[in-house]
Amino acid sequence: MDKSEKLALTLSGMLLVIFFGAIMYASVAQNIEVPTCITDMEPFATDTLFQTGPDTYELQMVSRMWAFQPSTVRLPVGSTVDLYVTSQDIIHGFKIDRKNVNLMAIPGAINYMRVTFNEPGEYLYACHEFCGAAHHTMAGRFIIEEGIDEPEVEGDAL
Amino acid sequence: MMENYSFRFSKSSKNLNSVLLIIPMVLLFIGVYGGFMQTLFRAGIIQSDPFVGGDYYKGLTFHGVLNAIVFTTFFAVALGNALIPYSLKKHLNSKIAWTSGILMLVGSVLAAIVILIGEATVLYTFYPPLKAHPLFYIGLTLLVVGSWVASYNWVPMYLEWRKENKGEKTPLAVVGMFTTFIIWFIASLAVAVEILFMLLPWSLGLVDEINVMLARTLFWFFGHPLVYFWLLPAYVMYYSFMPKIAGGKLYSDMAGRLVFMMFILFSIPVGTHHQYMDPAIGSQWKLLHGIFTFAVALPSLITAFTLAASLEHAGRKRGGKGLFGWMWKLPYFDKEKWFFPYLILGLIIFIFGGIGGIINASYQMNTVIHNTAWVPGHFHLTVAGPVLLAFLGGSLYLIGQFMNKGIKFKGWAMISPYVYTIGLFIMSYGLKIGGLKGMPRRTNTGASYANPDSILYQPDWIFYIDLSVIGGSIMFVGIIMYLVSFFGTVFAKSESSEEGALVTFPISEPLHDEPSTWLRNFKPFIIIAIILIVLSYAPVIYDVIQNTYGGSLPYSPNSPVPLR
Ligand code: HEM
Ligand SMILES: [Cu+2]
Ligand SMILES: [Cu+2]
Repeated sequence: MDKSEKLALTLSGMLLVIFFGAIMYASVAQNIEVPTCITDMEPFATDTLFQTGPDTYELQMVSRMWAFQPSTVRLPVGSTVDLYVTSQDIIHGFKIDRKNVNLMAIPGAINYMRVTFNEPGEYLYACHEFCGAAHHTMAGRFIIEEGIDEPEVEGDAL
Repeated sequence: MMENYSFRFSKSSKNLNSVLLIIPMVLLFIGVYGGFMQTLFRAGIIQSDPFVGGDYYKGLTFHGVLNAIVFTTFFAVALGNALIPYSLKKHLNSKIAWTSGILMLVGSVLAAIVILIGEATVLYTFYPPLKAHPLFYIGLTLLVVGSWVASYNWVPMYLEWRKENKGEKTPLAVVGMFTTFIIWFIASLAVAVEILFMLLPWSLGLVDEINVMLARTLFWFFGHPLVYFWLLPAYVMYYSFMPKIAGGKLYSDMAGRLVFMMFILFSIPVGTHHQYMDPAIGSQWKLLHGIFTFAVALPSLITAFTLAASLEHAGRKRGGKGLFGWMWKLPYFDKEKWFFPYLILGLIIFIFGGIGGIINASYQMNTVIHNTAWVPGHFHLTVAGPVLLAFLGGSLYLIGQFMNKGIKFKGWAMISPYVYTIGLFIMSYGLKIGGLKGMPRRTNTGASYANPDSILYQPDWIFYIDLSVIGGSIMFVGIIMYLVSFFGTVFAKSESSEEGALVTFPISEPLHDEPSTWLRNFKPFIIIAIILIVLSYAPVIYDVIQNTYGGSLPYSPNSPVPLR
């Protein structure tokens, strides 16, 4: 190997190490994580939303061909949601627009992520995995508003 | 010494290789047509396919399968069938070669038929519990097995050559082709297990239920190395053809060998980076696969350096001066060197493809882009960019050689990759930025998000969807220009009446040629690769089995009620 080649190799290696360092920084110092195994949750087949603290909620979301249940979730500004997602039939995908939540909804498994809504507004969640003929119609939204007392859901199993 | 050396292929292998190039070119045309229609669907311009019939997702299935699985596999086999006999000066066993070719043809045609009649709308990833017709799985199996048979055919030739040429370095092109197929073989074992033990019996009704996460994990064991199976034949052409075509030499022979061996090590234990957003897999194992993914970026960075250095050498030999002057001396618009644009444009596109790949691989950052339109925006800059262009250039070169024909419409052949590249940048920009704005992939936006009458209408996305129509149309025109030259050549009058084919390849000589003895043997690298695979996949498979419950019945894409 000649000198310039060795230099290129070293610099490439260093570049990758820096990138990797950034990932570790985000993971350890900022606690930004990807989904992991969920072992403490019973499988669920219907959706539920309940309050677990002053500003905290637990939402169990069910995806099926071709709707999310619930399809609309209304919450006050400042809510933190423990979000569990699963599928009743085939694979779906769940991503909340403008939020770092992106979860595969897979039958036979439960996926989890925590999300906080500090800004009022509408947050679309569109199914992003092909789930059959009407996949492109499968979507829902979080509506985050000031001054909501009771959280509301629409489009649940009942 | 390598200067203009030619090798005579027998009539039988010459015919086989021509078939292996022409049939997939027809299938590629169908696939690319599907891509163009998709852009129209997504903008709401069409609601069903005007020629083939059917919806967006049927088109998306044949687009992905024909372009990314069928066309690429055929070309990799044809390139091996050409370069290995040529470089080793040995004849193919044409019985075995034909067996492999027929398996691949039958398999691809079967799969294509069931997709086109609408019985396998499961996309090219065929995730259960969506179920395809059993012939879809059988067709894909035959295609893969056929490609295995082709590569077994090369092994005795190589072993014999090594015996006769003790102490000599294996030609770099041969190392590259074997690397390609070693990775392909190990990777496709997983998908073979998925298909033969899970999907096929389940789709035939022999077993009722399937573990979806397990099938998906086996698919991605295969799915990431699949991208190297696409990329490596292009690398073989970059390393062995491009410097010579540019009028120079390969900067470093050892770099090429190191790169190929690194791909053997790190191509496979990385597949979980496609499952960062999946449940039932511990995030620590996802991170481990992420680390290996960074390791497998290294050989591509070395390649960028080596190829740029080779081109600089060529540019300076052609009279280029100064720091960047050499860049303008390369044969970008030389009709006689029509092959060069296919390679150089691919490399330029790959700068963006590579950056995108590193972003996708970056663990948490994947949250932003996973399954958004960013992803097809990204991989059209890899598989439908450098890989496609190198394979198109290679196909045209090979068909000219094997059919003893001069290339027809050379001007069209030379311009086509430029047209395609312009379209590609426009389409990918549209998809990528649309994706960052939240647009999902694999989605017929024309029927909802891009329709002003729908409650789901997303005005923010329209501009980017329209960009992909413009870019996609230009790409389609580029491909048509290419096909004019390709089929013009196929149907032209042959320039000689001889039986076999006298074939010549532009094989580059190395500028720096080191003994690199430690890179001469595949064995230690394969062994380390297997150890890495076991270490990285054992915990993932364990997690998947431990953390999933129940099994899944099969579904058709048309109904929310299971099929049984
Ligand atoms: C005229 C040329 C092409 C156009 C206009 C085009 C366009 C598209 C579009 C619009 C999508 C769909 C995005 C989505 O809904 O997620 C797509 C997907 C895809 N394309 Fe292309 N494409 C072209 C050529 C190619 C080529 C040459 C290849 C491979 C060699 C390729 C491989 C793929 C694959 C693998 C997918 C993903 C399918 C899936 O998500 O299941 N495309 N293409
Ligand atoms: Cu869907
Ligand atoms: Cu990958």
